[in-house]
Amino acid sequence: MAVARGNVLPREQVHEKPLEYQNPNQAVKILGFWIFLATDMLLFGCLFATYLVLRTHTDGGPTPHDIFDVPGFTIETFVLLTSSFTGGLATLAMRNGNKRQVIGWMIVTILLGLTFIGFEVSEFVSDAVQGATMQRSAFLSAFFTLVGTHGSHVSIGIVWMIATVIQLWRKGLNPVSARKVFVVNLYWHFLDVVWVFIFTIVYLSGVVM
Amino acid sequence: MPEALKHFTDTYLMWNEGYLIWISDILIALTSIGIVATLTYFKKWKWLWKEWLTTVDHKKIGIMYMIAALLMMFRGGADAMLLRTQLASPNSKFLTPDHYDQIFTTHGTIMILFMAMPLIFAMFNIAVPLQIGARDVAFPYLNAVSFWLFFFGAMLFNISFVFGGSPDAGWVSYPPLTELGFDKGPGENFYLLSLQISGIGSIATGINFLATILKMRAPGMKLMKMPLFTWSVVAASIVIIFAFPALTIALALLMLDRIVGTHFFTMLHGGDPMMYVNLFWIWGHPEVYIVVLPAFGIFSEVVATFARKRIFGYNSMVASLLLISVISYFVWAHHFFTMGAGADVNTFFAVASMMVAIPTGVKVFNWLFTMYRGRISFELPMLWTLAFVPNFIIGGATGVMLAVAPADYQYHNSYFLIAHFHQVLIAGPVFGLLAGMYYWWPKMFGFKLDERIGRIAFWLFNIGFYVCFMPQYALGFKGMQRRMYTYPAGMGWHTLNLISTIGAYVMGLGFLFIVVQIVYSMKHGERDVTGDPWNGRTLEWSLPSPVPHYNFAVIPQVTDRDMWWLMKQEGRADELRKFDAAAIHDIHMPKNSGRPFLMGLAFFVAGFGFVFNWYVLAVIGLVGVALTMILRAFEWDDEYHIPAEEVLEAEAALGRV
Repeated sequence: MAVARGNVLPREQVHEKPLEYQNPNQAVKILGFWIFLATDMLLFGCLFATYLVLRTHTDGGPTPHDIFDVPGFTIETFVLLTSSFTGGLATLAMRNGNKRQVIGWMIVTILLGLTFIGFEVSEFVSDAVQGATMQRSAFLSAFFTLVGTHGSHVSIGIVWMIATVIQLWRKGLNPVSARKVFVVNLYWHFLDVVWVFIFTIVYLSGVVM
Repeated sequence: MPEALKHFTDTYLMWNEGYLIWISDILIALTSIGIVATLTYFKKWKWLWKEWLTTVDHKKIGIMYMIAALLMMFRGGADAMLLRTQLASPNSKFLTPDHYDQIFTTHGTIMILFMAMPLIFAMFNIAVPLQIGARDVAFPYLNAVSFWLFFFGAMLFNISFVFGGSPDAGWVSYPPLTELGFDKGPGENFYLLSLQISGIGSIATGINFLATILKMRAPGMKLMKMPLFTWSVVAASIVIIFAFPALTIALALLMLDRIVGTHFFTMLHGGDPMMYVNLFWIWGHPEVYIVVLPAFGIFSEVVATFARKRIFGYNSMVASLLLISVISYFVWAHHFFTMGAGADVNTFFAVASMMVAIPTGVKVFNWLFTMYRGRISFELPMLWTLAFVPNFIIGGATGVMLAVAPADYQYHNSYFLIAHFHQVLIAGPVFGLLAGMYYWWPKMFGFKLDERIGRIAFWLFNIGFYVCFMPQYALGFKGMQRRMYTYPAGMGWHTLNLISTIGAYVMGLGFLFIVVQIVYSMKHGERDVTGDPWNGRTLEWSLPSPVPHYNFAVIPQVTDRDMWWLMKQEGRADELRKFDAAAIHDIHMPKNSGRPFLMGLAFFVAGFGFVFNWYVLAVIGLVGVALTMILRAFEWDDEYHIPAEEVLEAEAALGRV
């Protein structure tokens, strides 16, 4: 990999595609994954719509105001957004061809993801202990399903990242493993975007209204 | 012990429910024994596993989709015969009310999701990669996964009739009727889980074909040079991608209501049943276009080929396909005009629904203009296309009548509606896919289906079709509602119902002739030695029939919309039929894998466990699913090379070098 001098990249590097796009077989897989993300976005879209319809249907039970814990979801947000940043650093390290750094940043990302899941589980448990279970009212059903679906996506993402790190460790950086790293990070960023919506539509508007 | 056995047979095998169950049990047992015995006798187990169950070849997957779809058409058709038999006379006791409910539910569900969907996927798989000059689809492994998810979903649904009981709340399965409080039985669980499993496969197919068409086209094939069938697959795939997630959510939330005890759609604790209805139809209406758009694509191919003319108005054909796929999202509320949404909402959805008629009309006129002054040859694909036109026009016109919201308060849920949607769904998808089946059959198998028996089937099916559904428009006006188990004498409905039933039997006979035709043609059908039996226009006809598993020995260069036709006109056909040995290189192919099959099986086990709340079984199934996915993630070596010499040898054997 040639090193940039000043602000000017060497001419050949401007036209060189990133590793994961060099092989057309891998490039088409990335496109397919983008389309998959579109379907997943719609899946969440339907859950958001359901939540918005049922948000006020509390049936005399806990309201958003009662159960949302501001420090809790703020920390969760901070942790998850940071993990997306470290995931981005992993991709950046991949651009520089540094396998050890990619693995390092991905492990940081995994740890942050686990922290996020830990906070979410403890939030859910404390809600349930207060009697705010998903069987209590339509609002709670919609809340736990929407946030829980996101949480299960994050959990799958963690398992997937671990599998990717193992493969990266064993096979090194090549078009296939680069595609895998790129795609799992794409997925991770997507979950971050979904969380931004959960943060605003569910938590923020929940405590404000 | 006998007590436990009795409980088991009563609850799960339903041995006290009468002869319908017994007959089904015997037929299923005989068929299974027959299949196992035949495979063993001819020592075909290894062949079945190696050539079919583990295949990732899109052509074979397409054939499996087609066989499964035809079997499901038989099952759904048998349901229809039973329903019509029950309704042939007033106060009939042929079926019990329970069975009637189960049968109309399974009829609808099977015909839409386990017949029409796999049949369009069959055509996607058979034709698209060949039309765009590709070696395979973008994700061959995922393609196999899609098929096995559909297959095991369909099996899970079908098994319900003899094990535990079928769903009985209609193919739409509206809550609160389908909530646990009102519907204890496992039938509803069968419905939810089997649709969920096959739905995942459908989403994957949509993704797969959109990526295939966007990225795998032969050099020179710009988007506006694609065959119209391929364009229709683009439109249908986009609708699949944007519509199926809504179904996934609707089914998942209802499942949670039933298994976990949530309150999305319940009457108590703040649930809102209308939310299900909205989610269901946000998928459900686009679904209608998912199955009809590929049929439109097939008609476009068939009309151009059999009228020996370039398709009229190609650009407007593409535009109308895409326009239909967009408008399809703005019409869903016309399925519940009478549920009190208010005049403004109803007006919006009424106008949007009527607007669909405009691009559809454009397409019909383009087909007619293509035929105008063409040299039409009336072979089977063309016959079905011609029969489609008047049918679809009547069905479309009654659709516009239904879209008039105030008038819909009168026809709502009546037999008028039944007649309308059968007319569009049979004339569109069924006629279209039969036309496609006849059209591409020689490409799949290397022989044509017998013309004479096909014509008998065609006329029986068509005449039966009008005789069956025309009276139902009148029945609707006379006040007969859908899903009625029986009706008293003296309503003035008897004669029309009897005529309708006779029509249904004639259609059934037509279907049997198609079966006879297939069996007869296997031995006596005209062999296709040219690879181009219809004098076709698009690239698939430049290949030998059946197509070698690597498709194109040399990927063609495309400069025109009807590339193969152009080459024939210019006398350049041999460019795609006679190759220099030097032009043939090694070919990359995906390896076969048993995992997609096992993954489908694992989904089946998990689904079955959830149906009966047998969670140990469910967990075993889910572990299987996770295991197959993780093993796939760690698989690096999933391709192999076909050496150039081997390709050369195969092509030489076909006389193409």
